[in-house]
Amino acid sequence: MKRDIFKIDKKILKSRLIVGTGKYKNLIETAKAIKSSGADMVTVAVRRVNISDKKKPLLMDYVNPKKIIYLPNTAGCFNSSDALRTLRLAREIGGWKMVKLEILGDKKTLYPDMIETLKTTKVLVKEGFKVLVYCTDDPLHAKKLEDIGASAIMPLAAPIGSGLGIHNKLNISLIIKQSKVPVIIDAGIGTASDATIAMEMGCDGVLINSAIALAKKPIQMAEAFKYAVISGRKSFLSGRMKKSNFARATSPEKDLIS
Amino acid sequence: MAKIQINGKKVALKQNFSILEVLKKYKLSRKKVAIELNGKIIPQNKYEKKKLKNNDKIEIVQFIGGG
Repeated sequence: MKRDIFKIDKKILKSRLIVGTGKYKNLIETAKAIKSSGADMVTVAVRRVNISDKKKPLLMDYVNPKKIIYLPNTAGCFNSSDALRTLRLAREIGGWKMVKLEILGDKKTLYPDMIETLKTTKVLVKEGFKVLVYCTDDPLHAKKLEDIGASAIMPLAAPIGSGLGIHNKLNISLIIKQSKVPVIIDAGIGTASDATIAMEMGCDGVLINSAIALAKKPIQMAEAFKYAVISGRKSFLSGRMKKSNFARATSPEKDLIS
Repeated sequence: MAKIQINGKKVALKQNFSILEVLKKYKLSRKKVAIELNGKIIPQNKYEKKKLKNNDKIEIVQFIGGG
């Protein structure tokens, strides 16, 4: 059997599950959940250092960036210049070129602003960044992103943090069919089975944060997602049986006793 | 003394304080932060040489948990 390799740009990832590092109770829980998820890439945010608290624990002290790939994001940015500033700073911290771009258009829905997103992707690609782009589930915009050099397309399943699951399967499947770069569902997944559905549809990966961090037992939920993603991927690769509107007996109908 | 702003807070530092000395003062590792001086990113290898003057604005950022 051919090995099933997950590659973003030239980076090979062991896991098709990417996890976020926000919303956990503390950094110990964050680190444990990442470990139990099996993810080798995590999203991180860029923020000001708190200079009045010298003892404040740092994410880097709990999640080793030499072992886990950091994917800096632009969460909280509502325009192109803030997003560019954030990612240029992120690159300076550790030389990371692979980043997650998300430019939000509205505080209530946190829906991506695709005009700003397209514009910014172009600049980042030109500067040598490998950009994974959070986007709407509109196949036209997804195609445009791919054409201007996005390294991965990350359509939302539902609004960020909503946990509603995949709301427009038709659009997601259209994006999967047309894309030559990885399609990773970002935002809106609520529980493990949602991730399995995404993977069975043919998504290349999923990015999960709230569904793990806000579960009653985040570390256990992280493991549930690990298997959900593996399961969905294997199911997709295996090719499901055909559906039928009528029953079809499972046992042979020949040689019955009576 | 030089009056500067670090992450939006007003701070008084000795004259000719370098960025590296600022990091030491706040017990920050240069490998874990990035620095902007008056809106321009300062590369890590310039931290010693870059001296701060009155009214300078510095942003020191790090990675934190996020989705």
